[in-house]
Amino acid sequence: MVRKSPWILHYDGSSCNGCDIEVLACLTPVFDVERFGIINTGNPKHADILLITGSINEQNLPVVKQLYDQMPTPRAVVAIGACAATGGVFKDCYNVYGGVATAIPVDVYVPGCAARPENIIAGVVKALDVLENRRVKKSKPKKELSTRKNAKAKTTGGEE
Amino acid sequence: MNSFTLVLIEVLLAVIAAPIVGGLLTGIDRKITARMQRRKGPPLLQPFYDVAKLLQKESSTVNMFTRFFTSFSLFFTVLAVVLLFIGQDLLLCIFSFTLAMIFFVIMGYSGYSPYSFIGAERELIQIMCYEPMILIMAFGFYESTGSFKISETLVQSTPVITKIPLIFLGFIFILTIKLRKSPFDLSMSHHAHQELVKGITTELTGICMAMVEVTHWFETVFSLALVYVFFIWANPYSHVIAVAACLIAYFLEILIDNIFARLKWEPVLRTSWIVTGAASLANFIILGLI
Repeated sequence: MVRKSPWILHYDGSSCNGCDIEVLACLTPVFDVERFGIINTGNPKHADILLITGSINEQNLPVVKQLYDQMPTPRAVVAIGACAATGGVFKDCYNVYGGVATAIPVDVYVPGCAARPENIIAGVVKALDVLENRRVKKSKPKKELSTRKNAKAKTTGGEE
Repeated sequence: MNSFTLVLIEVLLAVIAAPIVGGLLTGIDRKITARMQRRKGPPLLQPFYDVAKLLQKESSTVNMFTRFFTSFSLFFTVLAVVLLFIGQDLLLCIFSFTLAMIFFVIMGYSGYSPYSFIGAERELIQIMCYEPMILIMAFGFYESTGSFKISETLVQSTPVITKIPLIFLGFIFILTIKLRKSPFDLSMSHHAHQELVKGITTELTGICMAMVEVTHWFETVFSLALVYVFFIWANPYSHVIAVAACLIAYFLEILIDNIFARLKWEPVLRTSWIVTGAASLANFIILGLI
């Protein structure tokens, strides 16, 4: 079902706002992402997909990590634009670490400077596959996980 | 036995059909809103997809009380709808409904987020705005039918609205607050970008958020069912008129939602008390004169 209702959280790293404007353009009547059930929530606890624009620097590293940690699983990360991919033109700045992957695992990269709204929507749709796979994987090894837990409990019990 | 099976059917209708109708109404709302903004809009069944997804997500709550209070809020809202459907005492329905809202507010306070706190405070203000009108409406029902029992409306020779039309107008005014529509959606908005993030529901994830969504479907049905009882009388065709009235009221709420910006809490309190106070006072004076 996550395919039919992906809720999005948009975070602006140290972007020049070019990509951010394109992300917000997706919400306008011209592109209307709500027709796919996509909602821009602005709340990590309700979000399924994290859209990040701009590079990771000293200041926003803990913020990005915390946002990612607050999102309930299954979740996916989409890095939008050249800066989010590698650091872009800001790569050599003294405070910049690089792309989003330096902070959290990225699932989909959307290229461009600035990325086009069509590409952003395509990236989100790609992230839906990632989410779906994670959900299926998560629901399958539940038994394994519990048995592993039991095994662990047994071994610790044995140690005691 | 016959009346027992009838009540059983009504209870099942309230528990099973009410959320389906509520969800569909929410879907229609999103579709019409999108069309008003010249967008295509999500599929009609989108609210059901959302809830199904939320049930599949990880549920992480900040403490055990969150889920506890959310479930109680849902339970008492369902109880209110059931009582209304089987034609029970109107006051009992209203008290059950208010209790549900109070549990919802306590749930907001149980989270540690400042957004959730302010959302809970605003929810209390909203309850302050609409609660007097709902109680006045119950009193108006008593004045016009001689009983608080909802089933009494079915034996009247004229619909209740002919006796308390101004109270109905006041009720339509606070319906905007109850359905969480602009300009009165202070504590929690349907739309994404509010200054409070997601207000009172900011801390909720997974199953808790799904329960809040379903509670809102029941709330919608309850509010519209109150509109419904204004229009029914002994004539069986009155039910068609009542359904039409509910749909018109709901469409008007969607229209209002789309043409007004959100207000601050002071104007909400002021306007709702002035409008509902003036309307109900005038109505009671007229009732007294007749």
